[in-house]
Amino acid sequence: MDPMADTHCVAPNSSQTQDKGLALLKYVIIGIVFGIVFVKAEIISWFRIQEMFRLQSFHMYGVIGSAIVTGIISIQLIKRLNIKSIHGETINIPTKVFKKGQVIGGFIFGLGWAITGACPGPLFAQIGSGYTVILVTLVAALAGTWVYGKFENQLPN
Amino acid sequence: MNQFIEWISQPWPWYVAGPMIGLTVPALLILGNKTFGISSSLRHVCAACVPAGIPFFTYDWKKEIWNLLFVLGTAIGGFIAMNFLANPETIVISEATQADLTALGITNFTDLMPVEIFNWDSLFTGKGILFFLIGGFLVGFGTRYAGGCTSGHAIMGISSLQWPSLVATIFFMIGGFLMTHVLLEPLMKLVGF
Repeated sequence: MDPMADTHCVAPNSSQTQDKGLALLKYVIIGIVFGIVFVKAEIISWFRIQEMFRLQSFHMYGVIGSAIVTGIISIQLIKRLNIKSIHGETINIPTKVFKKGQVIGGFIFGLGWAITGACPGPLFAQIGSGYTVILVTLVAALAGTWVYGKFENQLPN
Repeated sequence: MNQFIEWISQPWPWYVAGPMIGLTVPALLILGNKTFGISSSLRHVCAACVPAGIPFFTYDWKKEIWNLLFVLGTAIGGFIAMNFLANPETIVISEATQADLTALGITNFTDLMPVEIFNWDSLFTGKGILFFLIGGFLVGFGTRYAGGCTSGHAIMGISSLQWPSLVATIFFMIGGFLMTHVLLEPLMKLVGF
């Protein structure tokens, strides 16, 4: 099955050029910067997520809000200036189709987010920062993903 | 150099962290025509390790290896930040939150995570079942059902002005508010707080 044709895949690959070998290193480097920011801005902190859901600190709203504003400006610049990828490809942003899953699944993820204090990105940064027991949370998240895949067709969508 | 390290070791404010995270979006688009998203990595691991003939996990995950390298980088970044750029001071948590969490039975506010929960000794206790197993399962199941997490929907999706992602983000928050304000207290009592 072609993942590009699959609307469930939220990080689809529009690239026609397949990165190989050392070219793949750039993704590790972007990830490293991302992970450092997660720790340094204390986004990996369970306490910060509690503050957010208790509306007792602006920090996380500021982080997510300014990330979105930066993202909107960047994407508008890419579109309006017709900026190409470094491989000369036209940049493609796949359309997200509305499904019931965004409501039901979104709600379920929210429940979990307030328990673990981490969405998937911070989980990886927590493990790297030395909270090794979060490996167990990661395995549980993999189990959740697998169970969703197994029963995908029986769930309302 | 020492001054630089000292400066960079302070906790970073939201107006530095947010734009840096936001810049991940154009970085991935321009460097590889890739769409920002983290929870997909969980799916790729399932596809690589236990596809079990399930159509949802039967695709060429090797084409998506960039996503796995990205989360590997995130873990390495966590290691670097904690070991070389760590803040020497204790975390500053809002007093209101500390009061609320003290009422729930949390006593230690010195670390990024409440150490009384997030340690290996909790693993085979009620705490471990709630905070690692149930919490983790809900995160993995929910993100995949929703088709993305905070990065794929809240940041990438809303940045590209796609309303289904806004809907998803609103329901992330509704779930989080309900858990924090209604369900967390009885659940924590149940596991011995």
